[in-house]
Amino acid sequence: MRYIFYPGCSQEGTALEYRDSSLAVLRALGADVEELEDWTCCGASVAPVMSDLLGLVLPARNLALAEQQADGRDLLVVCSACYTNFRRTAATLAADRSLHDKVNQALEVENLTYQGTLTARHILDVLANDFGPEAVRARVQKPLEGLTVAPYYGCQTVRPYSPFDNGQRPTSMLPLLEALGVRVHRHPREASCCGTSLLMTKPEVGLTMAGAVLAACEGADCIVTVCPMCHMNLDAYQDKVSRLLGRTVRIPVLYLPQLMGLAFGLPREVLGLQRHVTPVSF
Amino acid sequence: MAAAPEILDLTHADRSLAQQVTPGRWEKMLSCIQCGTCTASCPAAPAMDLSPRRMWRMVQLGMTEEVLRSKSIWLCSLCYTCHVRCPRGIPLTETIVRLKELAIERGIVSSPQSGAFYRTFADVMRRYGRMREVEFMARYFLASNPLAALGFARLGLTMLARGKIGLEWPRLGGEGRLDRLFARVAELEGKR
Repeated sequence: MRYIFYPGCSQEGTALEYRDSSLAVLRALGADVEELEDWTCCGASVAPVMSDLLGLVLPARNLALAEQQADGRDLLVVCSACYTNFRRTAATLAADRSLHDKVNQALEVENLTYQGTLTARHILDVLANDFGPEAVRARVQKPLEGLTVAPYYGCQTVRPYSPFDNGQRPTSMLPLLEALGVRVHRHPREASCCGTSLLMTKPEVGLTMAGAVLAACEGADCIVTVCPMCHMNLDAYQDKVSRLLGRTVRIPVLYLPQLMGLAFGLPREVLGLQRHVTPVSF
Repeated sequence: MAAAPEILDLTHADRSLAQQVTPGRWEKMLSCIQCGTCTASCPAAPAMDLSPRRMWRMVQLGMTEEVLRSKSIWLCSLCYTCHVRCPRGIPLTETIVRLKELAIERGIVSSPQSGAFYRTFADVMRRYGRMREVEFMARYFLASNPLAALGFARLGLTMLARGKIGLEWPRLGGEGRLDRLFARVAELEGKR
């Protein structure tokens, strides 16, 4: 399996461990992953608000670059917001020829042309469907028996542009988790919102949303997520959530590839477990 | 004899707002049946001054000022739950994004924090081509509420100690990585 990889901005900063653990686990599974050259920000949730066109042009710039470099490979994306921007742009431009032309007029200043020939894939989709539980099980060296894990998909991993799972009741993580030997803690907030940037702009509202997810996961030994925004909101604000809820909430939050890496026997430093705000004690 | 109940007639409603925020699909917006699935699904609805259902009715009626001045649009976290559940298939989440764009265009941003968030983020993105989280956070707090930064100071130090964030000097002069692309987009949109 060969992929061209779009890391996204937070994978160069606060979520460096997501990038490192993703690459380590994919390579352990035999994948060939090469980073997209000269990539820029997908625009996040901000560009579409500043301007409708900018919100399409910034993802299209990266898609056009990837088309040049892909050579038949899919574009691998680990951040759910980047993923949604790429899929939204591809779907919107496929349905509107004149908008597609307009985007390409903008991309002229970067000497790029977007064709619409590339597929953006979320790492959860790749792990669940290109590799699957059997390949994962075959690579497990230290089964994580006795560990109870709460899956957390968040919003944009599974909706509304995601073709690989149910947008409201996702299940794609379950076979992978079972392959690692863990017990799964099912809960009603698996695809609820983590609060995203509201943690910064409207902290009292954002903390309520993050707190609802954390509370639903209580009883598990850790939460597993596949989005850097979700990870930040669930991992870094547990002190504030505890004050809000009036009781201590303390639960490690791991990226799925970090948990897989532990089961694969990869070194903890490579997986970046020491970088989290809430310590990982197992 | 009791007066006949007043019936809200949408036939002559001002459709300009719906046309503006759901381009090409405004008939869909007018098909909202006020079922309230959006409000029931919205994790931020309890904190909103206008519930999503009321807001969509006001969009149908062309109550631009009232909708753009509401806090509700700035409380949407883009979770797309209302969007995927709407029985009429109205692209609600993306319509809220257009409402935010319109509010910024008209200089009506009822949430100064959100205004600072979008402006600062866009500026860092334009300058470096990629997000620089620490510079963004610092500039966001300076522009919105420096005192609120104190509430994040301890978390910032923890993240620094864990190597989760690092410090980089801002580069304020010279051409930004995406200056030309941003300028080209503004030109194509007739904004300059």
